[in-house]
Amino acid sequence: MMRRLFFALALVLSAVFAASAEAQVRVNVEEGHLNPMPVAVVDFLGASPAAQQVGGDIAGVVRANLERSALFRPIDRAAFIERIQALEVPPRFADWKVIDAQALVVGQVTPLPDGRIRIDFRLYDVFAEQQMTGFSYATTPDNWRRIAHRISDQIYEQLTGERGYFDSRIVFVSESGPRTRRVKRLMIMDQDGANPFYLTGPDAMVLTPRFSPSTQMITYLSYETGAPRVFLYNLETNRREVMGDFPGMSFAPRFSPDGSRVAFTLDMNGNAEIYTMDLRTRARSRLTNHPAIDTGPSYSPDGSQITFESDRGGSQQIYVMNADGSGQRRISFGEGRYATPVWSPRGDLIAFTRQSGGRFAIGVMRPDGSGERILTESYLDEAPTWSPNGRVIMFFREGRGQGARLWSVDLTGRNLREIPTPTDASDPAWSPLLP
Amino acid sequence: MRKVLIAFTAVAAISACASRPDPTPTTNTPPPPTQERPQGPVPGSVEDFRVSVGDRVFFGYDRSDLTPEARAVLERQAAWLRQYPNTRVLIAGNCDERGTREYNLALGARRAAASRDYLASLGVAQNRMETVSYGKERPLDPRANEEAWSVNRNAHTQIVSGAVS
Repeated sequence: MMRRLFFALALVLSAVFAASAEAQVRVNVEEGHLNPMPVAVVDFLGASPAAQQVGGDIAGVVRANLERSALFRPIDRAAFIERIQALEVPPRFADWKVIDAQALVVGQVTPLPDGRIRIDFRLYDVFAEQQMTGFSYATTPDNWRRIAHRISDQIYEQLTGERGYFDSRIVFVSESGPRTRRVKRLMIMDQDGANPFYLTGPDAMVLTPRFSPSTQMITYLSYETGAPRVFLYNLETNRREVMGDFPGMSFAPRFSPDGSRVAFTLDMNGNAEIYTMDLRTRARSRLTNHPAIDTGPSYSPDGSQITFESDRGGSQQIYVMNADGSGQRRISFGEGRYATPVWSPRGDLIAFTRQSGGRFAIGVMRPDGSGERILTESYLDEAPTWSPNGRVIMFFREGRGQGARLWSVDLTGRNLREIPTPTDASDPAWSPLLP
Repeated sequence: MRKVLIAFTAVAAISACASRPDPTPTTNTPPPPTQERPQGPVPGSVEDFRVSVGDRVFFGYDRSDLTPEARAVLERQAAWLRQYPNTRVLIAGNCDERGTREYNLALGARRAAASRDYLASLGVAQNRMETVSYGKERPLDPRANEEAWSVNRNAHTQIVSGAVS
């Protein structure tokens, strides 16, 4: 599995051609949905039938990524006028203007003597008639999909001015079996649902996996040893271990931004308190001290603060404290119960689950509690997780008496989509951009 | 819970019928055996605890305080546990699906602790009792309605060792 992360990616020539402060073509991530930018993605050229096949597959993945973002509208290939024959020849921009392509993506797949392939890509601003960026990657043939995601991220970044999120993965809980005896296993897949596979077996129930923002680690809850305990899973070695043999039960783990600590809940004698543990020294320190339920900690991206939920005020609400536990203050004051706060990787917002009037909603608010916005609501929407660029939120949705599925929605509240998973699925966690 | 009880009663009734002597014996059949088969579970068994005592107590929505009904069940549990002092129990707290996952894990732990603390106050040694929470992960009733949710909010006392088999 780790082969995929350790693929031999080499930037053989960083053919960056005058990447254009003056380029006119631009998508606004806040309002782009209203009028998605038409983009032409040509099937990548290939010198052999096998290379042509890969070239078509890469273009397909890029088109799907751009389309799913809802900021772009890939133009139907049947409308293309110019047939790109060689990467070195500049495109006939007039032919692309006629079909209203604002941006043009072309590329090429070349087999290398050592068995690898080289993938070249270029992005053009059609109306400015200039190349915005271009890259060349050498990689193993089975790694073409990741290159397609990296190319998608390049396009997204050039055209929106923001970082992309396509070269990332989702870890989640795969669900099967009857509701009274649900089988829950960790599964991981690419951000677009490709390459799903199990990380744990069917015997031990697992819940709430979370990626480290900076290392190849996952933390999650497992009933493997009987009582619920926090586990660590190393994606590079495929080794898993109990994080610590604490009294009582431990759950609700989340990494600090640098991956060196885990904040979690330790419940002894029916009193849930938040702790953090240093993963090197295994020293733990207690952050809350209250007979109420204190759980669901999530670090701010600079590591200085932690948001969490507590029912100390009489009902479940969202709080913020300094990373050492000082300065605890409530930030949610709307109607209903507020839960599962998750700090945005940009730092400017906290996503949450709100329970109100018999329905569950996903929303966001600023870290001071202002600017609350509900993005989506149903019988049960729960457990938001942020895309690495903080523009998309994934969560799980359960219809009444139905199995859970993964969904995503943009920060704008638009572009609600179901994410394809091989089984019912819950508790999604988005990885950072892959290294 | 009600359903389980009904199901069990039905099974008991069927087995009772099967073992009961023919109600209209003819004169040329031997007289029915006088020795009665035991009809309930074996005293001191897991079944005995489950059926004769009651192994679950129920809670209100987002509550972990014990109702009078819950106390009555726990009092019977405590009496039974005092009578069979070699038994050990695992008390599991459970929640309905109308809460978020991590909060429900904590709420289930509160419910299990409420049961355990009451049993301890009635003389059951702490070291015979362990607790766990399954949150909303192990519903007794799979349906999504008020009736199911009220049944799924419970603390379940399970005999894990020392019972008569």
